[in-house]
Amino acid sequence: MPIILDKVSHIYEADTAMAVTALNNVSLVIPDGQFIGLIGHTGSGKSTLVQHLNGLLKATSGSIYFNGEDIDAEDFDKKRLRSKVGLVFQYPEYQLFEADVFSDVCFGPKNLGLTKKEVELRAYEALKLAGIEDEYFYQSPFDLSGGQKRRVAIAGVLAMKPDVLILDEPTAGLDPRGRDEILEQISKLKKETGITIMLVSHSMDDIAKYVDRIIVMNKGSVMLDDKPTEVFKQYERLEEVGLAAPQVTYIMKALHDRGYDVRIDINTIDEAKKEIMSYFAKLSAAKRGR
Amino acid sequence: MLRDITLGQYYQTDSIIHRLDPRVKLVATIAFILSLFIFDGVAEYVIAALFLIIMIKLSKVPFKFMVKGMKAIVFLLAITIVFNLLLTPGEPVFTVWKLSITKEGIRLAAFLTIRLSFLVIGSSIMTLTTTPNQLTDGMESLMRPLKKIKVPVHEIAMMMSIALRFIPILMEETDKIMKAQMARGADFESGNFIKKAKSLIPLLVPLIISAFRRANDLAMAMEARCYRGGEHRTRMKPLCYKKRDFAAYAVILLYLAAGLMADRLVKMVVVLL
Ligand SMILES: Nc1ncnc2c1ncn2[C@@H]1O[C@H](COP(=O)(O)OP(=O)(O)OP(=O)(O)O)[C@@H](O)[C@H]1O
Ligand SMILES: [Mg+2]
Repeated sequence: MPIILDKVSHIYEADTAMAVTALNNVSLVIPDGQFIGLIGHTGSGKSTLVQHLNGLLKATSGSIYFNGEDIDAEDFDKKRLRSKVGLVFQYPEYQLFEADVFSDVCFGPKNLGLTKKEVELRAYEALKLAGIEDEYFYQSPFDLSGGQKRRVAIAGVLAMKPDVLILDEPTAGLDPRGRDEILEQISKLKKETGITIMLVSHSMDDIAKYVDRIIVMNKGSVMLDDKPTEVFKQYERLEEVGLAAPQVTYIMKALHDRGYDVRIDINTIDEAKKEIMSYFAKLSAAKRGR
Repeated sequence: MLRDITLGQYYQTDSIIHRLDPRVKLVATIAFILSLFIFDGVAEYVIAALFLIIMIKLSKVPFKFMVKGMKAIVFLLAITIVFNLLLTPGEPVFTVWKLSITKEGIRLAAFLTIRLSFLVIGSSIMTLTTTPNQLTDGMESLMRPLKKIKVPVHEIAMMMSIALRFIPILMEETDKIMKAQMARGADFESGNFIKKAKSLIPLLVPLIISAFRRANDLAMAMEARCYRGGEHRTRMKPLCYKKRDFAAYAVILLYLAAGLMADRLVKMVVVLL
């Protein structure tokens, strides 16, 4: 179910001395089934933007349409919207509250008014999708490790069976291994369910490998919105706003500048490896030819 | 939504009142509150009102911020007014069924309304122009003599400043957790009393856990910086009186004197005219 944002602005504490314009005339179309990366420097308005998508924040001006319906209309059912657009907050582990992991994941579907059986089925599926083993189901969520807690929190949202899943910095504060595990799990989830996923991050390295569209935010506005390769080509503009292309892109550029004839529109380590190997293959073929 | 509580919120601007020593402001506030309970005549209240208006002007804080604090006591005020109007014995002005509104009742209700609103506005001026840290520093310094009778003055002041410091943080946290649970379909608004109370569990459990976590972190951070109570601790910004602070004390005395002699002042003016 597509989401359309039409000139959305958001001002915090409007009409006071502390007013902050967090979003400024943002227009976006989020079609079904995309895997989107939302990137921006600290304070660029990413979290503010995603909280509009499920109606937690109300736009100061502009409109948002979910599946063609205006979400600010009087008769629009916000609760249904929240079940369709799942939002996993930054540091979601701080929202856990139940005595055991399984009941915590049940909270979302229970709020949707489903039968007990359906609720438990969904919780089970969600925990499996989030990569939590059965042995943890009846432990206290507070006894788990940071990465596991985060998976449980993600499962808590997945159990609502959203059509659009938004994750606000799901890797913040995790070690490299925890980070890779979570990202792999999300990418697997995308492949298995085909739902729309939006991944908020401020590291290009994190998302370059997975997403098929990148939206770059700067000071509350959309600065770039394109395929990853196109976005990374503009690495100078990214640097101006405190971001950067993935490190491999810089390596490939440096190689190219030293006279090695390699492609530079590369943004994952795997691609880079392939490109360098094929460069060597070409080189030795040329030598043999000579 | 939860940020709208002004009591204890600092309004950032630069005014003579902001620059005053917190001790002066504390003493002035206490003096003003006491004066409100001693005064009981129209002339006295006119003087109190004038004093208040001048202070509001000098503080450069928009009046609407002061009124915000009033919202918190509207309910209390309404009850007080109704009870005083209906239950004060005296000369009836207006009678419905068995209840009558008396002259004395009206007078009492009017004075109580003025007293309570002046009290709230007066203390709002202090909290709006003084940072919580200055405020607790001021209190600690004013209460220092109590140390002689073994009152843990420093510890009390420290606890107060930490508590004040944590209020906005906990508000923000509440807002965040509420949103996170709403994203999971939680409903904090509808339903009867029991259902509402129950719906608070997903909010309160994470909030309390996070408060403990923060308290733990803070204790650790204080220990890491060798905090061991008030003994021999020196300040980065010690409080010291400037000329304007003495002038302010003089103004407070003048105000009290004017208030206490208001009746005589009025008579004098009448005689002179
Ligand atoms: N509840 C709030 N009240 C007032 N201002 C806010 C609030 N939340 C965010 N802001 C301000 O809005 C701006 C955008 O904040 P936002 O949280 O959307 O940024 P972000 O891109 O998510 O940053 P980060 O990467 O740090 O999470 C910032 O300037 C921030 O200070
Ligand atoms: Mg954010």
